[in-house]
Amino acid sequence: MKLVAVSAGLSQPSSTRLLADRLVQATRARLEEPAAGAPVEARVIELRDLAGDIANALVTGFPNTRLREAVDAVTGADGLVAVTPVFTASYSGLFKSFVDVLDPDALAGVPVLVAATGGTARHSLVLEHAMRPLFAYLRAVVVPTAVYAASEDWGGGGDAFTEGLAERVGRAGAELAGLMTGQAATRRRPAGPGDDVEAVVPFEEQLAALRP
Amino acid sequence: MQFGIFSVGDVTTDPTTGRTPSERERIKAMVTIALKAEEVGLDVFATGEHHNPPFVPSSPTTMLGYIAARTERLILSTATTLITTNDPVKIAEDYAMLQHLADGRVDLILGRGNTGPVYPWFGQDIRQGIPLAIENYALLHKLWREDVVDWEGRFRTPLQGFTATPRPLDGVPPFVWHGSIRSPEIAEQAAYYGDGFFANNIFWPKEHFIRLITLYRQRYAHYGHGTPEQAIVGLGGQVFMRKNSQDAVREFRPYFDNAPVYGHGPSLEDFMAETPLTVGSPQQVIDRTLTFREHFGDYQRQLFLMDHAGLPLKTVLEQLDILGEEVVPVLRREFAKNRPAGVPDAPTHAARTSEPSAA
Repeated sequence: MKLVAVSAGLSQPSSTRLLADRLVQATRARLEEPAAGAPVEARVIELRDLAGDIANALVTGFPNTRLREAVDAVTGADGLVAVTPVFTASYSGLFKSFVDVLDPDALAGVPVLVAATGGTARHSLVLEHAMRPLFAYLRAVVVPTAVYAASEDWGGGGDAFTEGLAERVGRAGAELAGLMTGQAATRRRPAGPGDDVEAVVPFEEQLAALRP
Repeated sequence: MQFGIFSVGDVTTDPTTGRTPSERERIKAMVTIALKAEEVGLDVFATGEHHNPPFVPSSPTTMLGYIAARTERLILSTATTLITTNDPVKIAEDYAMLQHLADGRVDLILGRGNTGPVYPWFGQDIRQGIPLAIENYALLHKLWREDVVDWEGRFRTPLQGFTATPRPLDGVPPFVWHGSIRSPEIAEQAAYYGDGFFANNIFWPKEHFIRLITLYRQRYAHYGHGTPEQAIVGLGGQVFMRKNSQDAVREFRPYFDNAPVYGHGPSLEDFMAETPLTVGSPQQVIDRTLTFREHFGDYQRQLFLMDHAGLPLKTVLEQLDILGEEVVPVLRREFAKNRPAGVPDAPTHAARTSEPSAA
């Protein structure tokens, strides 16, 4: 079972990457429980390493070999963890530019866990008003728990109103693992270079559709 | 196999001098380039069709008719004829007329153009792009093959007892290639009619075009026109050459870096690795072009883009000298080697006239 995380963190070390790692770990732990028992192939893609390639893809209209490999990994995943830092009231431009390179159909039906990091918890609804609609447009299946980690969350537990970061990470990971094991068998994959040529509408049908 | 050049007809500032040619200069330069193509032994000159600045070739048959009068051997083609927005009746007549004037040295690459706004300029609706390409070509195909046509379709007024004039030369319509960079529907259309498929592969990685061409070849066989290997395939290419490859790279880099389509993006080296662009020695161009056959199968027509991005006319003519003298003769020899017996030659009017079934 393929689990892929995309991290749009920029600094090194990056708390965005750290959150991605934690979410992957939580999902993997649930997937590998004896009851589920699926071997997991997990991978984290750092968009920072692909920043130039992503900009070039916007200019040329196609991803180069290195970026293609990352795109194929993301669109071929059985489950996706998407983590961005909050920049100016939304996901970062680098994160969105990467999503712009994906085929609009490529994530249809794919379970996705969305997460974000920021300096203050006041930005946490970015997950609900920016990240979730983005993946809704792509017809991905976004898990109910979206995980926001403000700087203070890394040091503290929960409060009277919500659980701590560790609990939320665990819950979100379990939700993603549940969706992945529930649907993996029926998932439709996008066609790739190794597949047969694409399906086509027979020409007689195209002609017939135009007859007055 | 046929070798030639195709031009977009862009008016682009030369980034090394800051000079922009006038429209008149660019139009005349395209003609000079076409004449040079014949002089250096190339087979085909093809011009794009555009209706917006910075492009000049809005009226291909005017330009090709003028070139026809000044050449003997060169096949005159379009690199795109907008099958979506041109009236098929006008295409039928314009290109039949050109066929007579050029003694049959005419073919067309049909396409849907590179800009959405062109549709309303000619009274059409871009949302109908593919249906327009399908219906208009069905009518064009009929107008060239039936002397008296009754027609009713969705996108234009009906025709009753209409005869397009002049009739195609010797009763053989111009050969048609269908050009596409992304739509499988167009590969399917080309296969259905047994026409050629031209994949302008110069801006995208080869994997994408392998899928399109494989589809076209399979569907060509499906419709009973021959084996997949007998389908008629044309490819683009983009090269810049100097005797020493370092000189070629040094001279071409500012044009690449500022080119309208891919400029200000990837490095020249990265773009060469990802697309067919080859900047280097004539031998490098030969080696790279010969790999196309491995990816796409034996094919019929190779067109190179030589005159864009603001390259001065003098440079383009030097490039054509190198192409004609050092590259194409070797490519002809090498492509002929191990070419399976069943693979057809590129279509010409003479060959198609002697085989009525091919019409």
